[in-house]
Amino acid sequence: MARQVNSMTVAGQRPAVGGSVRLTGVSKVFGRGSSAVRALDQISLEVPPGEFTCLIGASGCGKSTLLSLVAGLDEPTAGQVSVSGQVAIMFQEPALFPWLTASGNVELALRARGVGKAERRQRAAELLDTVNLRGFGGKRPHELSGGMRQRVALARALAQDADVLLMDEPFGALDAMTRDLLHDELDRVCAGRQLTIMFVTHNVREAVRLGDRVVVLSSRPGRVVDEFAVPIEHPRRIDSAPVAELAGRITDRLREEMSRDAGR
Amino acid sequence: MPAGDEQGYPPASAERSASVPAYAERLAWLEAVDTEPSPDQRGRRLAARAWAALWPKALAIVIVLAVWQLIHASGWKKDIFPGPGATLANLWDQLRTALLWHAIATTAERAVIGFGLAVVIGAVIGALVSRIAPLRAAVGSLITGLQTMPSIAWFPFAIILFGITTTAILFVIVLGAAPSIANGLIAGVDYTPPLLLRAGKMMGLRRLSLYRYLILPASLPAFVAGLRQGWAFAWRSLMAGELLVIIANQPSLGVLLSTYQDQADMESATAIIIVILILGIVVHTLFSLADRAIRRRWGLTGSI
Repeated sequence: MARQVNSMTVAGQRPAVGGSVRLTGVSKVFGRGSSAVRALDQISLEVPPGEFTCLIGASGCGKSTLLSLVAGLDEPTAGQVSVSGQVAIMFQEPALFPWLTASGNVELALRARGVGKAERRQRAAELLDTVNLRGFGGKRPHELSGGMRQRVALARALAQDADVLLMDEPFGALDAMTRDLLHDELDRVCAGRQLTIMFVTHNVREAVRLGDRVVVLSSRPGRVVDEFAVPIEHPRRIDSAPVAELAGRITDRLREEMSRDAGR
Repeated sequence: MPAGDEQGYPPASAERSASVPAYAERLAWLEAVDTEPSPDQRGRRLAARAWAALWPKALAIVIVLAVWQLIHASGWKKDIFPGPGATLANLWDQLRTALLWHAIATTAERAVIGFGLAVVIGAVIGALVSRIAPLRAAVGSLITGLQTMPSIAWFPFAIILFGITTTAILFVIVLGAAPSIANGLIAGVDYTPPLLLRAGKMMGLRRLSLYRYLILPASLPAFVAGLRQGWAFAWRSLMAGELLVIIANQPSLGVLLSTYQDQADMESATAIIIVILILGIVVHTLFSLADRAIRRRWGLTGSI
């Protein structure tokens, strides 16, 4: 029933290591009485600092609900969510503000944190550079491609200087080639930072390509049914043999879970 | 996917950071958005667009004048119904008198002050109502009700309250225009996309900053639509007011119209009507341009 946030918001007092997330017996029920839907059931999960955790499951497994709880956008019905550090979130839609330029979108995140005007300008330019969008700062979201918009959204999330980055199928709406490109990008961005990431996807290969660990959720209600460590060295490619092999095993596990659902 | 290097992808290796130019190239290749047109193309496109926008209007005016001339030529109400030629000549003559310009200035001043007040009052009411739930429950439907009220019905009230004064006219303008403006803002706030609100909250925007940096800018298109509708109401209220509240020694378009009616001077009266029509259209066009500029900025238009 509680959510603890030990954020270190005082300027300059950043923790040396990334944030962490711990869920203990978390359940979430929507609605009441006979129409109540149990979206999450007794989820216990720990994401240590700096880990890239992928959550995977069929649709309806409450993946997005889980992220909303961690983000503090919603409250659990039972159990405890504790997060240390600042949290930023990326959605499947870029959710950029159409009245601002790419740079303006990033700057607004900085402004919300109280960064001064001159520094905002400079930091936004650096962040856009980081996501390979140098020279696109003056463009409005609708002038950018889907992949570029998600890049701006990533830059905006980074601008929040978060310790924990929640990603809710951020590349789900992109074509395979652009997605592949953004995987590389994400690798590169993460390499330089102590970021703890929770990445929700229904694409098994994507999960194996990116994650240090893949957590498999069942659907209706969402439960943690299995966990796979991903001992594959970086840099990875989504089409490489080890990725495909592990993805195959995880897919089998998912199928098993889904057929059990269907049998009920 | 096959090993991509033959296809011009940079190598998926640890030295990726060293190959930024290649990466950028790949980026440009993959995600080339439509680029800026050359100045020459742009000029031609602009001319084509202006022509496409203007010719239907020009044609419509020609047709109206032709029908008008036909009716006149048919001899219907021959003594009192003026033809377009005589009316436009009359308009031209009036445009060279100080009286008409004086009248236009008076009317325009009232329009600016009245509409300005309506914008301020409407925006404040809209902002309060959209944020404060009990207030919305109390006066939300009242605002919509006021919007449907024909503003001319307010004049007896306003004249008794303020006498035959400019204040009475401004009062009715505000009553006519402010509800539309308030409603525009309320609709804008209500339809702020929830996803953007979530994103804004996660960024740390709260209360006032959420309002200032997210909800207000997101409401802009609906607010401008409200302004445009508010203007239409303001202009009608103003004309009704100037015909009903005739202030001595203060020529306005309404006063001129009413004077020419008394003198049964149909040509002059029709000329004034044309002036009123044109002024209304000009201001409406300004709002449409603002609306379109916003839509284009936001990428809400199909074509550019």
